[in-house]
Amino acid sequence: MTQFIQLTIYGLANGAILALAALGFVLIYKATSVINFAQGELLLVGAYAFYSAFVLLHLPVILAVVVGAIIAAALGVAIERLVLRPLVGEDPISVIMVTIGLSAVLKALVQIVYGTTPREMPKVLPRGSVELWGAAVPMDRLVAIGVASVVLAGFSAFFRWSRHGVAMRAVADDQQAALVQGISVTRIFALAWAMAAVSAVVGGALIADIAEVSQNLAGFGLIVFPVVILGGLDSVSGTIIGGVVIGLVSQYAEGVSPGASQVVPYAVLVLILLVRPYGLFGQPRIERV
Amino acid sequence: MPSVATGIYHTSYESDLRLHHTRSEKARLVLGIAVLLVLPFTLNNYWLGIVNTIGIATIGAVGLNILVGFTGQISLGQGGFLAVGAFTSALLAGRAGLPIPVSIAAAVLVTATTGAVVGLPALRLKGLYLAIATLASQEIIEFVVRRWRWLTDGQGYLEAPALGILGWHVQRASFERTWYWVILATAAAGVIAARNVFRTALGRSFMAVRDQDIAAQAIGVNLTRAKLGAFALSSGYVGLAGALTAHYTEIVTWERYTLDVSVQYVGMIIVGGLGSVAGSVYGAAFLMLVPPLLSALADAIRDTAPFLSDQLPALQVAAVGLVIMLFLLFEPRGLDRLWHRIKDYFSLWPFRY
Repeated sequence: MTQFIQLTIYGLANGAILALAALGFVLIYKATSVINFAQGELLLVGAYAFYSAFVLLHLPVILAVVVGAIIAAALGVAIERLVLRPLVGEDPISVIMVTIGLSAVLKALVQIVYGTTPREMPKVLPRGSVELWGAAVPMDRLVAIGVASVVLAGFSAFFRWSRHGVAMRAVADDQQAALVQGISVTRIFALAWAMAAVSAVVGGALIADIAEVSQNLAGFGLIVFPVVILGGLDSVSGTIIGGVVIGLVSQYAEGVSPGASQVVPYAVLVLILLVRPYGLFGQPRIERV
Repeated sequence: MPSVATGIYHTSYESDLRLHHTRSEKARLVLGIAVLLVLPFTLNNYWLGIVNTIGIATIGAVGLNILVGFTGQISLGQGGFLAVGAFTSALLAGRAGLPIPVSIAAAVLVTATTGAVVGLPALRLKGLYLAIATLASQEIIEFVVRRWRWLTDGQGYLEAPALGILGWHVQRASFERTWYWVILATAAAGVIAARNVFRTALGRSFMAVRDQDIAAQAIGVNLTRAKLGAFALSSGYVGLAGALTAHYTEIVTWERYTLDVSVQYVGMIIVGGLGSVAGSVYGAAFLMLVPPLLSALADAIRDTAPFLSDQLPALQVAAVGLVIMLFLLFEPRGLDRLWHRIKDYFSLWPFRY
């Protein structure tokens, strides 16, 4: 039972961070219908930007997050403008491959600037652990769950009520109709990339604090796929549920057989694709010739 | 009659179906064969080794292009299929003691079957969903070859027997040259077979599925047969490439079959040209030459720019990624299309079109 509670907390923490990473992915997909294979690398760049601002420039934590977010947002907008804008309307394979090429370039650039050795960071989140129903639960995981929940709730509220959020949903729904309403589609595209990059910074900073800053962070970019497919590619609430489910399932699998967490998310992914390809909360698409 | 030819016009079905259309095409073919025959006698072992890896990559790239370029089914599972081919052949030849040609043939069949199974979701999925499904198959196959201890006897790698048949074995002194002929013959056979597939009904149905699968079904193309056939045929090629790599490098480890390899192969067919057999060859050569050429360059200017050789591994990765991006942005139809444009420019000069 204690192990179960421990696994649940670890799973929830991983799931919350996964949901953050996946949220950026869904933002980009919803607004621009681009599949971003470089989401993990955005997370990587975000973590290193936070690390540079916090450790190398000795900025206070909050300021470091803001600086990291500004750098990442600028990067996101630049990527949208220079790389993806020319490919609007191309085959999905071209768009997928350009983001894969981009991920290789970003990863290599980070390696050139920071090298391959993992960087240790002074802990910001409280360390210690608390007793929860008889199980020792590390504090930093609990705080990570809290931070991720707040950010996710903020994004959901943004979509639900803010002017730009509603405009974004309109663009996702029908670009032409949105244009007719006077919404600047290009601005929305840039906004989507900037926000995806910002959510990646928060996710990256959380992982960096729990573990360490290293190239392996980019691996989160691939586990995003089971999450978004499970939740439905175009659903924000689905993403959160997908993230938590994948986080929990892989932690439980890890508890049963160590190492299994590498493959279980993909097994879930295949299952979902075979049964319900548009995910739990996505909208099925009807295709006509 | 115009004073310059403005294109190739077919006046009969026979001429349309011919493999080689013009006299200059035949001339270039003869020239290409001559170069390939002279190559092993002019290159040293290092560069001949690189040419050999290009040859093997060509087989894999042709296979992937059949699936992605001709049938329009995106696949990120190339690395997994290479692993299936490599492990099957190495196990059958090493542990079961089968002759190597038999084990390679068996590896082709096993990989083709695996490909057809992985292709099953393709009957329902397309576009990015299919890309993600094949990504899952890549991760699952990678996990299996990494964790299944029986495969490697728990030592983490598997030794593959050296090339040999009926008591004859490849000699160390002429290792690269012997392999050159073996790979050249296999790759040439593979390329010619692929060109021929697209003159048959099955091959044409692949292209119909790529262009619009629902419409293809409406005019009587058997969608299941075309999609699964494309997955099986493509994986057969990839299995062949995997088996050849196993016996060529004589060692099989999971590190060689990661997602990066899948990405590299998709890069090859994008750089070369989707939906072009010749393009797969150009693309394989181009992407396999980037890392060694970059390291040669870094060596040459080590004194003036030590930065380049220090950061070589990262730079090689960045270069490959950059090449893929630049081609997609500026010449999405690849080297093959670039070659046609250059030809058109000279044949139409001084006119623009």
